[in-house]
Amino acid sequence: MSVGSMLSFNTNDGYLDGIVRGYRSGILTAADYANLIQCDTLDDLKLHLQSTDYGDFLANEPSPLATTTIHDKCTEKLVKEFMHLRDQAVEPLGKFLDYMTYGYMIDNILLLITGTLHERDITELVEKCHPLGMFESMPTLTVAKTASELYNSVIVDTPLAPFFQDCLSEEDFSEMEIEIIRNTLYKAYLEDFHRFCVEELGGTTAEVMGEVLEFEADRRTITITQNSFETELSKDDRAKLYPSFGKLFPEGTRSIGQTSTVAELRKIMDSYGEFSEIFTDMDEELKKLENAFDMHSIKLNRLSFEQCFHYGVFYSYVKLKEQEIRNIVWIAECIAQDQKSKINNFVPIWP
Amino acid sequence: QLCPCLLAAPTRPPPTHPFAVSLYLSSDCKDYLCCRVFVPCMMVLHSILSDINPYAYAGVGCGITIGLSVLGAAWGIWITGASLLGAAVKAPRIRSKNLISVIFCEAVAIYGIIMAIIFSQKFSDVGSDVTADPKNFYSGISIFSSGVTVGFCNLWCGVCVGVIGAACALAGAQRGELFVKILIIEIFGSALGLFGVIIGIITSASAKFAS
Repeated sequence: MSVGSMLSFNTNDGYLDGIVRGYRSGILTAADYANLIQCDTLDDLKLHLQSTDYGDFLANEPSPLATTTIHDKCTEKLVKEFMHLRDQAVEPLGKFLDYMTYGYMIDNILLLITGTLHERDITELVEKCHPLGMFESMPTLTVAKTASELYNSVIVDTPLAPFFQDCLSEEDFSEMEIEIIRNTLYKAYLEDFHRFCVEELGGTTAEVMGEVLEFEADRRTITITQNSFETELSKDDRAKLYPSFGKLFPEGTRSIGQTSTVAELRKIMDSYGEFSEIFTDMDEELKKLENAFDMHSIKLNRLSFEQCFHYGVFYSYVKLKEQEIRNIVWIAECIAQDQKSKINNFVPIWP
Repeated sequence: QLCPCLLAAPTRPPPTHPFAVSLYLSSDCKDYLCCRVFVPCMMVLHSILSDINPYAYAGVGCGITIGLSVLGAAWGIWITGASLLGAAVKAPRIRSKNLISVIFCEAVAIYGIIMAIIFSQKFSDVGSDVTADPKNFYSGISIFSSGVTVGFCNLWCGVCVGVIGAACALAGAQRGELFVKILIIEIFGSALGLFGVIIGIITSASAKFAS
């Protein structure tokens, strides 16, 4: 906790800090999950959720409930809480909260582009977009056919303009891999967010967000490598997608860039302290890696609440709430499809 | 080895004006910086500080006491108040109990008022030339010193109690039983202001403006 943040944080952001910590106390506990697991139908689930912070949010839905409805309603509650914070925030908290939404904006843009390529209707695509990543000129995305057209007509007015530098080209979208575009954009976004937190905000926020974002970057490096082993992605192209910060940068990313099998990847990861714990219990094919990374990420987000007077709590709250929504939907799916044996495979938020 | 300027000093009459000191430099002066710059500066500073009226010292001391105490208390109240308001939205039960933190901050301002009243009682009109009696210099400076002590102690005490009060509100909103435990930390923080008050009272105990 730096001295400056102790003395001046509460002037502008103390009230919102108090509110977000209040929201945190509404996240489902282990006891709530124990109740939810015991439900036999989705209506039971709805009943149990009424006694938590969710309250009557499903009251107006006609039964039988669908799991997609539960997912949409939970997300709507999270978005309402986030917009309450965003509407009352002043700079620089406002800019920080905006940075949090850029990830969703990238996903929405790529969803619209893919949908247009497959000739889907624009209105039903806009409905599928994540509500946190909306911006005004969304429907006009359909007219663009190449990346540079897209940039000049739509993107240049949005806050995502600087992230498009690396992937502007005259090639048609149908030829460029959508996943490559997604990963390039996300890499530029993560680097910019990291720079903003560490250089412009500084203090405790830099400490907490630095940890969280560095793990995100390392996680992406490993996941991209692991997923590219069976594909035709060349090593150079793959190396361009690794973020240029994090515990694995630059030494680790260089050596990971040379690997082509899972065994080589494991050997490199053994020499990194934080990751060797995750990798020791892992099976050969690294199938449970995603889950282990999720658990580690949740742990880091949980720890950010231990410090006072910083912005990391806002980011961590949204991440924890998203994990909770995934958990609730997993439990709901297991109940709906009558697969109770797998119901315990969610990631618990409070240990 | 001493500079020859210092060794030659006893044989000449001492210069009354600080700028005249430089005329008494020896021709083989060893420590030029000291003799030409440092000593005249110190002599100018000494004559300025001893020419300041004792009333000015005492008055500034009295003002600093109340000014900085209120600054500390206000800083503490705003830090606590913002967090308390935010935390009370989702946990309304903490509303009344956590006003104790605000009261502790307020107590810091009260220490400041008490000391300022005590100083202003000692700070009285002498009627004739105040510089005539040398005891008045002692009184002026002692009230100034007590005032600065009390003022700065209360400033940091108020900030300390404010930061702890904010954390107390946030922790109490999550788990009710933590409130009493963190209150003990606040009481220790509040004691810092009392230390300043005690020293202030001792230092200015025998200050009196007499004709």
